[in-house]
Amino acid sequence: MEEALLRAVLFGTPILLASLGALLSERGGVVNLGVEGMMALAALAAFAVGLEAHPVLGVLAGVGVGSLLGLFLGVFAVSLRANQFVAGLALAALGLGASGLLGKRYEGVPLPNPLPEGVLAALALALAFGLHLLFFRTRFGLYLRSVGENPKAADLFGVSVDGVRYGALALGGGLIGMAGAYLSLAYRPSWTDGMTSGLGWVAIALVILAAWQPLRAVFGAYLFGLLFFLQFRLQGSVPIPSEAFAAMPYLLVILVLALSGRARAPKALGQPFDRGR
Amino acid sequence: MLKLENITKRFGSVVANRRITLEVAPGEVLALLGENGAGKTTLVSILYGLYAPDEGRILLEGKEVRIPSPKAAQRLGIALVPQHPELIEAHTVAENLALGLDLPAVFSRRALVRRLRALLEGHPLGVDLEAPVARLSAGEKQRVELLRALLNRPKVLILDEPTSVLTPKEAEALFQEIQRLKAVGLSVIFISHKLDEVLAIADRIAVLRAGEKVGEVLRQEADKDLLVRLMVGRSLAPPPKVPPPREEVILEVEDLLVPRHGFPVQGVSFSLRAGEVLGIAGVAGSGQAELVQALAGLRPFRGRIRFREGPWPRDPARLFALGVAHIPEERSMGVVEGMSVAENLALRTYRRFAPGGILNHRAMEKEAEALIGRYGIRTPSPRTPVRFLSGGNVQKVILARELQVSPRLLLAMHPTYGVDVGASEEVHGRILDLVQAGSAVLLVSEDLDEILSLSHRVAALYHGRFVGPIPREEADRERLGRMMTEGRV
Amino acid sequence: MRWELEPNPTRGKVLGAYALFLLLALFLLGLIFLAYGVPPLKAYALLFSPLTDTLGLAEVARRTIPLLLIGSGLALAFRVGFFNIGAEGQLLLGAVGAAYVALFLPPGPWTLPLMFLLGGSLGAVWVGIAAWLRVRFGANEILTTLMQNYLAYYLVVYLVAGPWKGRQVFGFLYTDRFPPEAQLPRLGDTLVHWPTLVLGIAAALLLQTLLFRTPLGFEWRILGENPKAARYLGLKQGRLLLLAALSSGLLAGLSGVGEVAGIHLRLLEPAQISLGYGFTAILVAWLARGRPLGVLLTAPLLGLVLAGGDALKLALSMPFRVVDVVAGLLLLSFIGAEALSRHRLVWRR
Repeated sequence: MEEALLRAVLFGTPILLASLGALLSERGGVVNLGVEGMMALAALAAFAVGLEAHPVLGVLAGVGVGSLLGLFLGVFAVSLRANQFVAGLALAALGLGASGLLGKRYEGVPLPNPLPEGVLAALALALAFGLHLLFFRTRFGLYLRSVGENPKAADLFGVSVDGVRYGALALGGGLIGMAGAYLSLAYRPSWTDGMTSGLGWVAIALVILAAWQPLRAVFGAYLFGLLFFLQFRLQGSVPIPSEAFAAMPYLLVILVLALSGRARAPKALGQPFDRGR
Repeated sequence: MLKLENITKRFGSVVANRRITLEVAPGEVLALLGENGAGKTTLVSILYGLYAPDEGRILLEGKEVRIPSPKAAQRLGIALVPQHPELIEAHTVAENLALGLDLPAVFSRRALVRRLRALLEGHPLGVDLEAPVARLSAGEKQRVELLRALLNRPKVLILDEPTSVLTPKEAEALFQEIQRLKAVGLSVIFISHKLDEVLAIADRIAVLRAGEKVGEVLRQEADKDLLVRLMVGRSLAPPPKVPPPREEVILEVEDLLVPRHGFPVQGVSFSLRAGEVLGIAGVAGSGQAELVQALAGLRPFRGRIRFREGPWPRDPARLFALGVAHIPEERSMGVVEGMSVAENLALRTYRRFAPGGILNHRAMEKEAEALIGRYGIRTPSPRTPVRFLSGGNVQKVILARELQVSPRLLLAMHPTYGVDVGASEEVHGRILDLVQAGSAVLLVSEDLDEILSLSHRVAALYHGRFVGPIPREEADRERLGRMMTEGRV
Repeated sequence: MRWELEPNPTRGKVLGAYALFLLLALFLLGLIFLAYGVPPLKAYALLFSPLTDTLGLAEVARRTIPLLLIGSGLALAFRVGFFNIGAEGQLLLGAVGAAYVALFLPPGPWTLPLMFLLGGSLGAVWVGIAAWLRVRFGANEILTTLMQNYLAYYLVVYLVAGPWKGRQVFGFLYTDRFPPEAQLPRLGDTLVHWPTLVLGIAAALLLQTLLFRTPLGFEWRILGENPKAARYLGLKQGRLLLLAALSSGLLAGLSGVGEVAGIHLRLLEPAQISLGYGFTAILVAWLARGRPLGVLLTAPLLGLVLAGGDALKLALSMPFRVVDVVAGLLLLSFIGAEALSRHRLVWRR
C-alpha cells in the first residue's frame, strides 16, 4: 500500500510538472499543445548535459530548453497571433522529431549518477503551492489572470499583454522542461526515443480536469500516477491482455474530458490578442 | 494642457482622422461631438496610445509627447473611461482597480483594499471593493472605471460616450462629478453624439464629421440647430408618423419566465397587434437580450406564447418560416463575415437557390443585386465578403435579409446601434414600411428617443421584471426613465 | 514600432511573407541536420531526390494516396470547426476492418468492396465517439482524438500479437497474408495501389462540390465561420458537426484499407502501417486552407517530404523522425507567414 502511494507520487511527478507548466500559460490565455515535444527535447538536453557534466546542471539545461521552447511558441502564439492550437501541434511534432534525431547517439547509454526522484518530487509539490501563491498573491499573478480573462481590459489598464504571455510561456516552459529532465535524469534514468509516451497530452488534459487550479492538479497527477502504477503491477497477474492496461490511462483521459468538458476556462483562452479588433 | 496638431490616421484607404487640431485647457470640459463613425473613437485611441497616428503631433503642457501604449498615456497623466466598461468580470472591484496602480511585486488582498480606500479618500465610492465585478450593474461598472481613471491623479480625463450605459439619474450624478473634477483643475474631454448632454456639460464643443473637424464653438455660442447642421451636414427631417395598429392579434405572450444567470426575466405578458410597434426600454443588462433570445427560439422559457393563434415552435429556422424575423443584438451574430454579401443575404433562403440539390450562385447573386439596390447597401459587388462593409451597411444586409419575405413579426434589438444618422434614418424608414404593411414589431432599444418616436406602446425591463406596457401617449422620457430604474409604471 | 491589423495585404507582401518563413524553416532544418552530423546540402539533396527518377516518383505517389484521402476529409472537418487530430487512429481502425474481412470472411469478388465498407465505417465510428463527446459533453476533440490514437495503437498491437497473429509467422508480429481476392491491383511493379488513388481524387472533388455547391456545404461553412450565426439561424449544429467529423473519419478509415490491402497485404504493427500519415495530413489540410480541392496539390508535396525522409533514412540511416521535424517546421512557417501577412509593422517617427 505504502509502496503504491510512493510510486503513484513518483510517477505522477512528471505529469504534475508538465501540467503546471501548461496551466501557467493557459491562465494567461495561451493554449500550449506543444507540451509533448517540449518535454521530449528538454529530456534529451537534460540527459546530454547530465551525462557530460553533472545531473544537477542537466536539470538546469532541461528547464532552460523548456523555457526557450516556450518563448519560441510565443513568437507564433503571441507576437504573430497565429492559431495557438496549430502552432502547439507543430511544436509537438518538431520537438518529438528533433529529439528523436539528435538523441540517437544517447540511445541505450546508462546514466552513472542519476538524481534521487524524491527530491524532484518534493520540489514539484512545492512548485504547485508556489504557483497558487503566484496566481493570487503577486502582481504578476494578477496580471496573468487578467490577461487570460480579458486581454483588452488588461491592455487598457496598461498591462503589457504580450509581455505577460511571454513570461507565462517561459515560466511554464521551464516547468515542462523540468518534467522532461525528471524523466531522463531521475525516473528512468536513461534516454530513449519516444520516452515521453503521451505524458504531455495527459498533462494537458489534466489542466482541464484541475479546472485551471494548481492545487487540484496535484491530486489529478497522483491519481494518474496511481493508475500507471497499477498498470505495471497488475500486468501478467490477471487474465487481461497487457495492451488493455497500457491503453487504460488514455481511456481515462477521454473519460475525464467528457466529465469536465464544460469546466470554466479562462475566458480568453486560445484567442490571440489584437488591439483595435 | 493638451494639444493635438494635425493628427491624421488612415486604415488602408479609409481616412479615420484627417488633420485634426484640438486643444483643451486645465479646468475645461471639451466636448467632441459627432455621429457614429465620425472618427471620435479613433482619436481617443490615439490619445490613449492604442494606435499610432500617421501624421501630426501631440503636445502636453507645451512639450511634444509620444504615447506608444496605454501605460505611457497613464504615466503622462492621461486617463480614459472607455465607452463600454472594460473590466475583468471574474475579478473583484479591488483587483480591477489594482491593475491601474503601481503594485508591489507581492501583496495581500487586505493591504490592497486598505491602500485603495486611502487613495480614493474624498471620492464617493458607491461600490463594494470586494464584490466581484460580474455582480455589478452597468452603472456601477462605469463607476469603477471612473475611479480607476482617477486613481493615478490624471491631468486629462477622457470620457468616451459615458452615458450610453447609464440611467438618466446616474447620468445626472456623473455630470456633478465632472463639475467637481473641473473645479480642481482637471481637463476633461467628453465624447458624445447626444446634443443635450454636450450642451449641458461642455465649455467648448468641437464637431467631427467623416474624420474631419468641421467646427468648434463655445458653449455660449452653440445651439442645437447649429450643432446638428455641423454634425450631419444638413437638418434632420422630423420623425415620421406611425399609423394606428389594426385589429388582428399577431402575438400573445402570457406570464413568460426566462431563466438566466443572476436574475430571471419574469412577468412578461403582452399582446401585439398587426401594424403595432411595442417598444421595450431598459438599462443595459436588465434582461432584454434574454427576452428577445427566448422569443427568437434561442433560449428556453416557461409560459405561453401564441403566434396568430397557433403554437410557437422553439426553433429559429421554423420561426422564420412562420414569418418571424429577428435583428439580433450583436451584428456579428447576424452575418458570416467571411462569406459574400450575396451569401449573407441568402442565409435564410439558400435552399430556394438549390432546386436540384446544387446551389445556383448566379441566381443568388442576381437576387442579391436587387436587394442591394432596394436597401441602398454600399458594396463593391455582391461577391464582396461582408467583412469589408461598414457597420451601417452590415446592418442593412441583415435588415434586407430579414425583411425580404415580409415577415408578420419583427423582433428588433438595437437596430440602429453604432449606425450613423443617415443609415439609422433609413433603417427606421424600412421598419415603418413594414408596420404600414401590417406587420407587428417588438423593438428593444437603449435609445429612449428611438423607442418613443416609433412605438405605439412602451414597456420597460427593470432587473428582469417586465413593467408596463403603457400607451405611448402616456409616456415621456421621465416616466420611461422611472419605469427602467424603479420598476414602477 | 508596433503591430497593427492589415485587412487587405497585397499579393506581393503575402508571397514575401511565405518566402521569408520558408527560408527560415529551411535554415532551422539545416541547423538540425548539422547538429545531427550531416552536411545540410547533402541532406536537402536527399530530401528532394525522389523527384529525380520514376521509382522515386512512384514512392511519392504511394505516400500521396493516404494523404489525399485523409487530407481532404480533414480540410472539411477543420473548415467546419472540428479539429480531428486522430486520423492516425482512424486509419488503423480502417486497417483492422479490412483485415477482418480479408482474414475471416470467405473470399470472393465482394471481398474488396466489403473491406472498404467495413474499414471506412470503423474509421467513422472511431471519430464519431469523439464527435459525440464534443457535441454532448463539450469534450475537447483535439485531446480525445489524440488519446484515441493511443487506444487504436494498442488495439492493433493486441490483435497482431494475440488473437490474429498469423499461423505461419513465428517471431513476427503480424497476421497471415491476405488472400488474392483481398489485394488491390498496383501500377506495374510499384506500390501505387491505383484504385485507392482514384478514390482519393474522387473524395477531394466530391467534398469540394459538397462544400461550395450544395445547401449542406452552405450550412457547413456558416457553422465553421461563425457558430453564433449558425445558432441564430437555427441550424442543427450538432448534426452538421457530426456529419463533417464522420466524413473525415470515413476517409481516414478508407486510407487504412488502402495501406493494408494495397501495400502490406497483412495487418502488422501500427508503426509500420502508417508512417504518421494522420499527422502529416493535418499539414496537408492546413496548407490547403480548408479547400478539399487544394489537397490535390498539397498532398503530393507532403508525399515528397515523406518519401524524402525515407531516402534520408536509407542513405544516412537517419531516424524516420526527421519527417516530423520537416512537417513541424513547415507547419510553423506556414502559420507564421499567414499571420505575418495579416499584420503590418507601424514605425513611429
